[in-house]
Amino acid sequence: MSERIVDPAAKGWATSWYEASARSRIDGLLDAGSFREVIGPEQRQMSPHLPLFDLPRAFDDGMIVGSGRLEGKAVLVAAQEGRFMGGAFGEVHGAKLVGLLRAALVLKPDAVLILFDTGGVRLQEANAGETAIAEVMRAITQLRAAGVPVIGLIGGRAGAYGGGGLIAATCSRLVVSEGGRISVSGPEVIETNKGAEEFDSRDRALVWRTMGGKHRRLIGGADAVADDTVQAFRQAALDLISRAPPFDLATMEAEQKRLEERLTRFGDCRDATEIWGRLGVNDPDAVPALTTADFDALLASLGETTHDAR
Amino acid sequence: MEKLSFRHTTSRALPGAKAQAITGVVASGNLEVLLERALAPTECTVEIETPIRGYGEVWAAVVADFVARSQPGGLRITINDGGARPDTVSLRLLQGARLMEV
Repeated sequence: MSERIVDPAAKGWATSWYEASARSRIDGLLDAGSFREVIGPEQRQMSPHLPLFDLPRAFDDGMIVGSGRLEGKAVLVAAQEGRFMGGAFGEVHGAKLVGLLRAALVLKPDAVLILFDTGGVRLQEANAGETAIAEVMRAITQLRAAGVPVIGLIGGRAGAYGGGGLIAATCSRLVVSEGGRISVSGPEVIETNKGAEEFDSRDRALVWRTMGGKHRRLIGGADAVADDTVQAFRQAALDLISRAPPFDLATMEAEQKRLEERLTRFGDCRDATEIWGRLGVNDPDAVPALTTADFDALLASLGETTHDAR
Repeated sequence: MEKLSFRHTTSRALPGAKAQAITGVVASGNLEVLLERALAPTECTVEIETPIRGYGEVWAAVVADFVARSQPGGLRITINDGGARPDTVSLRLLQGARLMEV
């Protein structure tokens, strides 16, 4: 076998989070060699439902869970493989995440990291998927109440949609890349139900300025924007673990207040650029093209854009 | 789903000591290959689950070519296919064998 002509690592090229598989995201995110998988592919815990539909299964059902270290901190980690069934929540897929979160309640790690990449619930096993979403949200609130930060990382091609968007909203902190998207109903769903005049799902610029990482960060729905590299996500995760908010009545009341204010202030806006303008962004049309560094500088100039109101 | 199963005898065991490796993802035009060092040193089995029916002879040829090239003795190989083309299957199998040699 011939030698590799170009070694990306030797050239210092970064691994794209968007392009990476769930497994390589975990490998690059955690301290080298520290990941220990639970219910690995060799155990063949596959979907019992997909064969009924003559659909192929995956050995890990698109969910990889385990423990590891992040700059020495003990973390539990779950990663969705967005290319398998759109990263959708099926029975086994969801149960693995619920199990990990419940284990975290006992183990009390320094943090739990959820690497979202999902279109929502897997329609072929939707009841089990919906149940899992509810159980995950309950487990996350219990964990946060017990003082364990739950950090969501969003930058895959499937984004965090449907139940994945709901779960993201219950996390302590979220980091998102420009390519990452967070919402509940996806662009095609909105268009199908409300028409292309309401939301044209093929207008990619519209999709990203409505659901994309920068918009979510600007309105306080995410807490950090990272470049699309595994290294940037690692740095952002470390930073967010250290400043996870307390989970108490004061936080909840503040969040409710912020959401009410957001509705009053932006409720009549017809486009995200109008919201950005009202936030004080001088040139809203230039926001999508800003580099992460310039975007962070813009955020700093705007004052209060950091809060938990997702 | 069509289930295929192949058993080959190799001239040697695959070098390396890695017990297990996985490569690829079950997605359109792609597949995942799970390799486990679980058999006698000159045995190799390949089990495939594919939603695309009627390509048994192509699978047999691709697997035979891989076994001849890599001599993956000792490996139990299991594949979940998402409709991958033969060249993709071949590359994934070689990639998997390489991962096990580390």
